[in-house]
Amino acid sequence: MSKEYEAVIGLEVHVELNTKTKIFCGCSTAFGGSPNINVCPVCSGMPGSLPVLNRAVVDKAISIGLATNCNITRNSKFDRKNYFYPDNPQNYQISQLYYPICRDGKIEIETENGKKFVRIHEMHMEEDAGKLIHNTFTGETYVDFNRSGVPLVEIVSEPDMRSADEVLAYLDKLRLTVQYLNASDCKLNEGSMRVDVNMSLREKGTEKLGTRTETKNLNSFKAIKRCIENEFERQADILDAGEKVVQETRRWDDDKGYSYTMRSKEDAQDYRYFPDPDLVPLIIDDEWLARIKASQPELRDEKKERYAREYGIPEYDIGLITEYKELANIFEDGVNSGADPKKVSNWIIGETLRLAKDFETDIADISFSGKNLASLIKLLDEKKINNTIAKQVFEHVFKENVNPVEYAEKNNLIIKTDTGALAEMVKKAVAANPKAVADMKAGKKKAMGAIVGFVMKEMKGKCDPAEVNKLVMEELAKL
Amino acid sequence: MQISDDMIKYVAELAKLELSDEHKEQAKKDMSDMLEYVNTLNELDTSNVEPMSHCFPVANVLRDDVVTNSNDRDNMLLNAPDKSEDSYIVPKTF
Repeated sequence: MSKEYEAVIGLEVHVELNTKTKIFCGCSTAFGGSPNINVCPVCSGMPGSLPVLNRAVVDKAISIGLATNCNITRNSKFDRKNYFYPDNPQNYQISQLYYPICRDGKIEIETENGKKFVRIHEMHMEEDAGKLIHNTFTGETYVDFNRSGVPLVEIVSEPDMRSADEVLAYLDKLRLTVQYLNASDCKLNEGSMRVDVNMSLREKGTEKLGTRTETKNLNSFKAIKRCIENEFERQADILDAGEKVVQETRRWDDDKGYSYTMRSKEDAQDYRYFPDPDLVPLIIDDEWLARIKASQPELRDEKKERYAREYGIPEYDIGLITEYKELANIFEDGVNSGADPKKVSNWIIGETLRLAKDFETDIADISFSGKNLASLIKLLDEKKINNTIAKQVFEHVFKENVNPVEYAEKNNLIIKTDTGALAEMVKKAVAANPKAVADMKAGKKKAMGAIVGFVMKEMKGKCDPAEVNKLVMEELAKL
Repeated sequence: MQISDDMIKYVAELAKLELSDEHKEQAKKDMSDMLEYVNTLNELDTSNVEPMSHCFPVANVLRDDVVTNSNDRDNMLLNAPDKSEDSYIVPKTF
């Protein structure tokens, strides 16, 4: 009979910071483009070149540290991690081993099983490596150093997670925090957020940690969940058979749905860390810390509380809106422009998300102004357009951020307030639909739809259906 | 300090060097001489000296986040033993 196991999981998360330049030189961090165009003697490891630390990298690292309740290391410094690989032109990576910028943090996560804290062991700043591109025909490998020297922070958690759900909740919280801080876009599929899973099993109810494995190459939340489930079964089978889990680094293959050994403990590397003599110590004084504290934006949890308190919109709406800071910005902009919070919310969680899905727009790329949404809501409130037209106009707000008033006027979509013309049309409709009129007289209320529909069609939708209803009833009463 | 055969083999592996037996003996000797030389520092009593993390009394040398590079690819690739139009070429990795 197999025993009951519990997973013990810790994560190492690399986040690429969205500064304009690299961590130790003034080369642009722009993504994409031609290989090796954003490269200089520093980030291509030329002898004699000297690294100089980018202040914005430190600002962003402190900002993330504060938001994750870390202690900020007042006297920090950089170390060299030595290894040979063609993506690393210096033959060492500049990182922080002895005095990382942040330590001892924690973030609160929520799953079906309730709330808990996941502790953060430390967070350090380091440089990214270049990219290797393999040509399978020639067997050659090309090296592109555009990414070499792009700033990273590595956030190392304590082994506090017990399931894939907890891991995903932690990553989601981390992603949202970093995005709200505008420190990174945190896209797993583009590599601006990279996750390594450290995992071991132990018998339920016991305290002693088992032997752990580290799994790399996880490029989506789905892959992470599958990998954890797969690794749980693999280790459980080994332990059930009375064998020992081998401490090793494994690589996840998402197409095949399993992981395989990359390197075992025996050939673990000796990185021979030592202080980087090219970089002087980094001292964070009270003033620096106070400056970052003062500029911390409102984070998701704070927003959620405030939305409930100030706007009284449902928890469900709040959850969806604050899932992306872009949506939260549109919401606040709309409400601040005078629109009713629930109406703004409805447009965001309804039409906006629907259009994003239809047009396959990344939600983080939605950029229309909340002010334009507010004026669309005003047009509706004033009955200058009806719902159908509003949706048409909104599509252009969504795609091109048009001003709805100008757009509606230019395209002749505003409802004619000329009641005389509408009354004429109603008369015409009654005359043109004798069968519907007869049915109405016979008590078939549904027949009303045909007459109203006729008017709406003739008026090209530019009238208020309630108003039409009223006029038709008046007209029928005269007969 | 004596450097063992195992130690010199390990250090050579880390440095990706293949040493002949003759070189190995020479390297063993050089390395012990170096360590012995540095060992002189241990004769100084530092129990009352504050540890330092850098040899210069300077901190916080920082730059602003402003792009300064231009495309210097052709010049950079002049140093490459093997190159394509836009990249270094290295032996196959995996």
